Amino acid sequence: MLQLVCIKQVANTETRIKVAADGTTLDPSGVTWVLNVYDEFAVEEALRLKEALGAGEVVLASVGGAGVTTTLRNALAMGADRAVHLKTDDPAPDGLQVARALSALVTELQPGLVWMGKQAVDDDASAVGPMVAEMCGMPCVTVVCKAAIEGGVARLEREIEGGRELVEVPLPAVLTADKGLNEPRHASLKGIMAAKKKPIDERPAALGAPGLERLALELPPPRAAGRIVGEGVAAVPALVQALRDEAKVL
Amino acid sequence: MSRFNGVDFYEIDSLLTPDEIAIRDSVRTWVEDRFLPLIEHAYDEAYFPREIIPEVAEMGLLGASLPEKYGCAGVSATAYGLAMQELERGDSGLRSFASVQGSLVMYPIYAYGSEEQRMKYLPRLAKAELIGCFGLTEPDHGSDPAGMTTRAVRVDGGFRLNGAKMWITNGTVSDIAVVWAKLKDEASGKERIRGFIVDCKAKGFSAPEQKRKHSLRASVTSELILQDVFVPEADLLPGVEGLKGPLGCLTQARFGIAFGVVGSAMACFHSATEYAKSRIMFGKPIGQFQLVQAKLAVMLTEITKAQLLCVQLGRIKERGNLQPAQVSLAKRNNCEIALQIAREARDVLGANGITSEYPVMRHMCNLESVYTYEGTHNIHTLVLGETITGLPAYR
Ligand SMILES: Cc1cc2nc3c(=O)[nH]c(=O)nc-3n(C[C@H](O)[C@H](O)[C@H](O)COP(=O)(O)OP(=O)(O)OC[C@H]3O[C@@H](n4cnc5c(N)ncnc54)[C@H](O)[C@@H]3O)c2cc1C
Repeated sequence: MLQLVCIKQVANTETRIKVAADGTTLDPSGVTWVLNVYDEFAVEEALRLKEALGAGEVVLASVGGAGVTTTLRNALAMGADRAVHLKTDDPAPDGLQVARALSALVTELQPGLVWMGKQAVDDDASAVGPMVAEMCGMPCVTVVCKAAIEGGVARLEREIEGGRELVEVPLPAVLTADKGLNEPRHASLKGIMAAKKKPIDERPAALGAPGLERLALELPPPRAAGRIVGEGVAAVPALVQALRDEAKVL
Repeated sequence: MSRFNGVDFYEIDSLLTPDEIAIRDSVRTWVEDRFLPLIEHAYDEAYFPREIIPEVAEMGLLGASLPEKYGCAGVSATAYGLAMQELERGDSGLRSFASVQGSLVMYPIYAYGSEEQRMKYLPRLAKAELIGCFGLTEPDHGSDPAGMTTRAVRVDGGFRLNGAKMWITNGTVSDIAVVWAKLKDEASGKERIRGFIVDCKAKGFSAPEQKRKHSLRASVTSELILQDVFVPEADLLPGVEGLKGPLGCLTQARFGIAFGVVGSAMACFHSATEYAKSRIMFGKPIGQFQLVQAKLAVMLTEITKAQLLCVQLGRIKERGNLQPAQVSLAKRNNCEIALQIAREARDVLGANGITSEYPVMRHMCNLESVYTYEGTHNIHTLVLGETITGLPAYR
């Protein structure tokens, strides 16, 4: 079975984010780029399934600029077989555009499973998985935290409010991974060396027209400095008052 | 405390290839996720956390720069060094484990062994199915290994070894030991140092652990006692005679140390910086006092210089031009600055600096050993002295 894992390169969550001069995109200078953490669970799960089946292929796909190669190589180093880089110069294509580009690839490769992270930690849109499923006429299960795949059927567990939901879907299907699905492996030195030789097929991303227009990107207002209201037990009344009147949390 | 992201004040990453960066980063997160949770307890209780060994092998950290043919990763010298940096950022004991296995056991088998020996041992050592140690130092012969008294004599089908080695990393937990001993050359009658692959289960071999260390507590250090130990002909390393055998291995291991101690220094600098920004004394963060800033400024400067030495050392090694004295310079300098940084960092942390809440004093104590083993600071000074003047000053 061919499994397609769609991954996104995002800014490291520890990066101090700056908004670019255009007011709608991220300033890429000084940003360290990493694989979206939820996509790591997706890659790991696909690799484990391939190892359990003892056959098949894990293909990575990513939409983005030239810099995405590094992230693709890092994910190949975990053990994926090859990658498709859907290239675009657009620094922030919207979910619909990305879904369009990926679903064209899905149609071409006919994977048995399409994996993604449940969301990208940069824009938190959680849109691409369900959109690809819709475009390709496949069932979609989001926020998967446990997966068992056998005989053309996926039995999945989803973390929901107050419990777990168990669902079953026929393959092919689109699954989006949540934390807890597995513990992703660390790429070994051999894996990293092998990844250098694995093919990355580069082609233009068929994004089409955007579905939404991002008007502005703003940083949250800087937090006001803290204030020490006093010391020891004597300070308690003042603290309670400040929490009630100023912070309005009591 | 903010996450450890290494130190890169001089865009040193721009001197590295993408796979070198990927290797460093992968080892860094592995150390963070898998090793750091174990180390303080191991250090307190003075044991090497052996449960980690299969993962060290799985990551490809044993003999990483040796060819794939022998089950190794075949990474560049610089990538290997950066991996050592990250391991030592965890603990010098972890880096020592990997250094000994890779540079002092696998390397001599690779460089001086026959093809049969390579195929027999290297893949199993890379997988940690076998653990090895390197026996050169003796109780009475440290800096001057040429004076060793361990001897091999020819017997039917092989050799018989007698002697004692001391301060041998991994000794007690080893399956094989690369032991250096003097063997009389039949033709000339002269004694020559030769390397032997000794089976640690052989009759007459024992390796009691040396306990009660205040340094490298999370590393096994042992005596090797050889009493009439038989070594078959097939386990003599055929490819080298004389002191250049063990010294060739030490050049490899010292190369790793030069990188490794930069990791310890970075860990200490990171702790000191974070602490200085958050510890309030006299109404402000201690990092706002000039005396504390001066310490941090020196740390950053020395780490940056050491990093640059390392990258260039790696590139020279990759070109095949490496001179042992160049390794001496880097080992000598980097151990010295790492130890100073650790001591200064301990000071910045005040009383907290002596606890196992922070890695600083552990690194500081470890670095005392690293400063001494693989050629003491003095000995590397003499190596450089001889290189400069042409006049040896060892004896
Ligand atoms: C934790 C640990 C692990 C080790 N692991 C191994 C191992 O796996 N395998 C192995 O073979 N060895 C190992 N060693 C041994 C190490 O390599 C030796 O300790 C080292 O070579 C120094 O020898 P020594 O301790 O006998 O000191 P000495 O040689 O006695 O030196 C003592 C002091 O005298 C100085 N000195 C000596 N000669 C001169 C000179 N000519 N001029 C100026 N100063 C001089 C030295 O610099 C030092 O300061 C290990 C040591 C330690 C502490």
